[in-house]
Amino acid sequence: MANEYHNHKEILLNYIQSPLSEKTGNKISEIIAFIKREKVNQPIIGISLNSSSIIAGAYQLKDRILEYLQERDLNAEIIPLGALGVTSYEPVVTIQLPGKTKLIYKNVNDENIIAILDGTLNNFIPEDHVFAQVKNKLHEVWEQVPFLHEISFFQNQQRLLLSNCGIINPESIEEYISNGGYASYLKILRENTPAEVCQIIEQSNLKGRGGDGYPTGKKWKVALESPSDQKYLICNAGESDPGAFMERLLIESDPHKIVEGIAISAYAIGAQKAFIYIESEYNLAIERLQMAIQQAKAWGLLGHNIFESGYNLDIVVKRGAGAYVCGEETALISSLEGKRGKPRSKPPYPATRGLFGKPTVVNNVETLINVPVIIEKGVEWYNSVGTAESKGTKLFSVSGKVEFPGIIEVAMGTKLRDIIFRIAGGIAKGKKFKAVHIGGPSGGCLGENHLDTPIDFNSIMLTGTSLGSAGMVILDEDNCIIDTVKYFMDFLQKESCGVCIPCREGTRRMHEILENISKRPKDDQSHTTLQRFKGVMQLENLAEVLKDTSMCGLGRKAANPVLTSLKWFRSEYEDHIFDRRCEAGVCQELRTFEIDVDACTGCTLCARKCPSGAIYGTPKNAHFIVQDKCIGCGICYNTCKFSAIISK
Amino acid sequence: MFIDIVVNNKKIRAKRGETILEALSSNGIKVPTLCRMEGLSPTGACRMCVVEIEGKAGLIPSCSYPIEEPLRIWTHSTRVIRARKMLVELLLSNHPDDCLYCIRNGNCELQDMAVELNVRERRISGEKTKANSDHSSPGIIRDPAKCILCGRCVRVCDEILQVSTLDIIKRGNKTAIATTMNKDLNFSSCINCGQCIMVCPTAALHEKTNFDIVQEMLSNTDIKVVVQYSPSVAVTLAEEFQLKPGKDHSGILNTALKRMGFDWVFDSAFGADIAIYEQSAELADRIINQENLPMFSSCCPGWIKYMEQSHPDMIDHVSTTKSPQQIVGSLIKRYFADKQGIPTEKIFSVSVMPCTAKKFEAQREEMTHKGVSDIDVVITTRELIKLIHLYGVDVASLDEDIADSPFNIRSSAAKLVAVSGGLAEGIARSLSFHLSGKELGELKISKLRNVKDYTEVEIKIGKQEIVIAAVNGLKNVTAVINDIREEKCKAHYIEVMACEGGCIMGGGQPFQKDDKILKSRIKAVYDSDDKESIRVAHKNSKMLDLYNEFLGEKLSEKCMKILHTRYSQREVLL
Amino acid sequence: MPEIDQILEKYPFVQPENLIPILQEIQDETGYLSQEAIVRVGRYLNVPTSKIYGLATFYNQFRFEEKAKFQIKICNGTSCHVKSNILIIKEIEKKLGIKLGEVTRDKMFSLEETSCMGACGYGPVISINDKFFTQMTVVKTIHLLDSYLYKEEK
Repeated sequence: MANEYHNHKEILLNYIQSPLSEKTGNKISEIIAFIKREKVNQPIIGISLNSSSIIAGAYQLKDRILEYLQERDLNAEIIPLGALGVTSYEPVVTIQLPGKTKLIYKNVNDENIIAILDGTLNNFIPEDHVFAQVKNKLHEVWEQVPFLHEISFFQNQQRLLLSNCGIINPESIEEYISNGGYASYLKILRENTPAEVCQIIEQSNLKGRGGDGYPTGKKWKVALESPSDQKYLICNAGESDPGAFMERLLIESDPHKIVEGIAISAYAIGAQKAFIYIESEYNLAIERLQMAIQQAKAWGLLGHNIFESGYNLDIVVKRGAGAYVCGEETALISSLEGKRGKPRSKPPYPATRGLFGKPTVVNNVETLINVPVIIEKGVEWYNSVGTAESKGTKLFSVSGKVEFPGIIEVAMGTKLRDIIFRIAGGIAKGKKFKAVHIGGPSGGCLGENHLDTPIDFNSIMLTGTSLGSAGMVILDEDNCIIDTVKYFMDFLQKESCGVCIPCREGTRRMHEILENISKRPKDDQSHTTLQRFKGVMQLENLAEVLKDTSMCGLGRKAANPVLTSLKWFRSEYEDHIFDRRCEAGVCQELRTFEIDVDACTGCTLCARKCPSGAIYGTPKNAHFIVQDKCIGCGICYNTCKFSAIISK
Repeated sequence: MFIDIVVNNKKIRAKRGETILEALSSNGIKVPTLCRMEGLSPTGACRMCVVEIEGKAGLIPSCSYPIEEPLRIWTHSTRVIRARKMLVELLLSNHPDDCLYCIRNGNCELQDMAVELNVRERRISGEKTKANSDHSSPGIIRDPAKCILCGRCVRVCDEILQVSTLDIIKRGNKTAIATTMNKDLNFSSCINCGQCIMVCPTAALHEKTNFDIVQEMLSNTDIKVVVQYSPSVAVTLAEEFQLKPGKDHSGILNTALKRMGFDWVFDSAFGADIAIYEQSAELADRIINQENLPMFSSCCPGWIKYMEQSHPDMIDHVSTTKSPQQIVGSLIKRYFADKQGIPTEKIFSVSVMPCTAKKFEAQREEMTHKGVSDIDVVITTRELIKLIHLYGVDVASLDEDIADSPFNIRSSAAKLVAVSGGLAEGIARSLSFHLSGKELGELKISKLRNVKDYTEVEIKIGKQEIVIAAVNGLKNVTAVINDIREEKCKAHYIEVMACEGGCIMGGGQPFQKDDKILKSRIKAVYDSDDKESIRVAHKNSKMLDLYNEFLGEKLSEKCMKILHTRYSQREVLL
Repeated sequence: MPEIDQILEKYPFVQPENLIPILQEIQDETGYLSQEAIVRVGRYLNVPTSKIYGLATFYNQFRFEEKAKFQIKICNGTSCHVKSNILIIKEIEKKLGIKLGEVTRDKMFSLEETSCMGACGYGPVISINDKFFTQMTVVKTIHLLDSYLYKEEK
């Protein structure tokens, strides 16, 4: 009964094409209300099925729910959902009873779901797992459950791009359309020429969200005006950035928005073929995208002579094979041509000569989903959000030591402090904030004195970092900056394509210099301190040359983590170099160990295992460690059965 | 058409669309390059050629930036020099420190760059990539530890030879150059042509040298050491020993070799005459019987291995005549030794060739007799030059001498074999004799000189129109083979040289960038043909004596046994 | 190699740009890229095998050895890294006697690190044959490995 809307393809398509005044016909609004679940006839149970929740056991949870319903012979509809945003709450379950607001439960698994269902289906809410209800003027409110829009995490965001995530069924084109989807697309097909669409986007001041911040409309214009028999639009969903997962969750939660964004953009540049380049491991995202494309085709939104406009479009999903450098547009194009992912010299730029030598526009996923929003809400409105030179909103994946890690969307210009403390809930477990690493391997660490920096292209650039793929990792007092920077350098030296000398050799040397200051070699005389210090000075020289001569953004920005941390966290470097001390205790070899004289039983086990012979003592008497000989390996610490060894 | 740009504060007129580097070199400004290859498209990979352009944030690679608007460029500003120096230091930090023991000491591009940029201290140090060297091939040794990943060897093998044995594998600091599945060269499709060695800036690729055994044999009074040298060698010596360029210095070479202690010095060109004679006789037979046409030449061992592994269906088309080197080699051990009364095990046969593939050819099973290789050792021209220096021979002061009997007289057709198109010319001349008994009206066939890629020429012999063709560079042979398969090929004879330009540009020749000197080698060859009196193989009196005395008729049973070989399909990783 | 031929039949046009999808399908089907597979693909697409090998070694996804029975993958996304996944890695390395990227001699276990798996709220995360284990600690790791080792012994 609830699936009757599947037969209303025509009605829905007419709905999004009709002017506002006609949108309130009786039959149509009934159908829409059902699809949007403003009216429900039976309980509706939504289960978040996305990468995060699946790892946390969402499939087992779904099976358990089905079992539960079957055992009790209950009627309820189960729908898959995308990600609402707080990844540490997954799996999330929503329960909506007829006439009442939708309830949202967090951290549901196949065991506690029983109590939740038992309760809720009988109008009684078990306290533990419920975290919000969604206010709707048609629905009766539950007692003592906070409203979703009043929860700090959601209240302080501006969710335009994420408006459907966690709300709609990502596998249903009907739901997407009922929520206004594809209206922008059909509108521009009817009313605007490609040049006009380019103009609209240029006027909106939309800037590329892939990291470079290049004006999107300008890029499109170059492609539109390059004469060619064939043009391509490529959606860059190859997010291989460690620490960024928002594109993945976004695609899993609202794949149709991406299809729509691509369709409008392809039309604007005159391309009849579009590719989505997505990481091979993103299985669920690929599945949902392909499903969305199939559905769009079946509904006539893709293919030949779309809606009698004379426009043809074919979208193909291409799986990447695992290379971070393929996020760079020329390397991506190289990969699509069946070659090694080597970046190429620019000029010529891809917009004039790209894939197979044809004009090609490569846009990041986030850039593309801004497009339907801009068309829908208008250029003026879009320009009113954000700062003077960074318009619109920005997505971030926030992770690390915060209370509420997840994907968030804020207006450009929002302060870091607000994001970290108001939205993400501040540092978890009561620890102290140390730094936030923005932008992944091309970004850098910013400390407490930068918390009031607004997030926009310019301000971030001034701090020496770059927005990059906008992954934000928050570090607390137990994290070591040197270690974090070393992690990114290690990533970069492995992911470098190896073509140009500065990046290939330079990232390796920089990583080695960082290793030297976080390790302790057997003979540690003072002249090695000089070498370590010289190494760090060398880092700055290397960084300059890398910035000047690298072929692509990976190499040019490879030095960012190092340079920014040197600038803002110099004291940590000095601790490591001169005092040989890692305050956070992360750099294992710099740990110092001491024996607690009271706890030591003199069993001699540690002394026998010590590889450098640094432990002295006689049997049955307390032993002691000679610091000069200790190399910080920690074997004694792991060996001692009496917890008599303390690590500092 | 033209754009005015400013370079180092001086105005320069550049052509619209040309790269900055091209504009700079036409105006006498030199910028170091590493990955650039003449004639191939620039990649901008190495970043050595970077220059500073006003208004651009980073430094720009001049090899791949087209000039489309007026620019202000600084080619040697502090920022640029610092960048280039650091790039070289980075390369050095991952390079073995054994210059003094290295085969390219004094002749290495990395050394040159370090000197030019005044690198004086080891500012960057760290772990060096370790790699095992590959000695599996008889011709070429790969030493990846010395590789600076310029990518030139890959491009030469892929774009110029189109054999594609090597490619860049992996990524980041694990990037390396390797064959398929990282196997040794002897499993791969490598044809040993050595063109990769010619473009390698360091000692990452070099020939397998055989100095030690040659020296050992020369000082062993029990063994008689015999040497033959290819026609290409004598025209290449001028550049190394300050002799008059553009001249055939065989006379001086004979003296030098005798001074070094070789017991007999032979001219491989004698073998070339026999090769021409036999091949043209073979061709005449095939033309009369109209079978197995067209006929391919068989002197180039790189081509032969390529054919055996990639196009084994062409085996029947290839001439069975051995190459000049192997002809002389067989004759030395099976005719000369007997005549001199020396047992074969007391003869050590050395061959000096401009080619590394000849080292492969010499150890082929088909080139053995009773389990012993006809040629014991092949040394390249480069190795010979080193040996001459080692033995303290002052070449400039030597008088000319003739090579030893019986392998010492040659026609100029034999000399032409050194360049692309030359063998075809010699074949055409002798073919005329075999088919009609008469000489060609005009012996010089201009169309077969300075061959570009592929050329065909029609020659009237008697009443027939014979089509003689020459393929210059291995990449041009695929189209011809496809034509043969589709029965569209009109040629009767096709000479194939793997190295562009012919043997004179082989993988064993001295490293030479000066175009004038390269041209003088070719000039020396063509000059011999113009000036000498015996210009056809079939008039080589010494050769005809040999046939009368020992070999019998052309293509006789004895000839087939000693002077002809066979081919078989090779299984390699293509 | 019938499986490989079946895959190649799906790409009737000899287009080198299909190289990566073809190799991906072959690896999905057979578990790795063998020398025979590379030779076969090279012949079909008329591409030298050195280029195919060079291409395949560039990307993280392709492997050239058979899979181990239990593939342990540890997420090395930034979030898991700052939650000290290095301790988990060291524990597994110690227990199985292999380092990251290696396979045990009996081909029972392989250990590799992967990029962010997307469960950043639940780090550190590891997976064994695509079965996920979240919020790992050193103790949990020891127990988990023990359970697999014990299962094998039986």
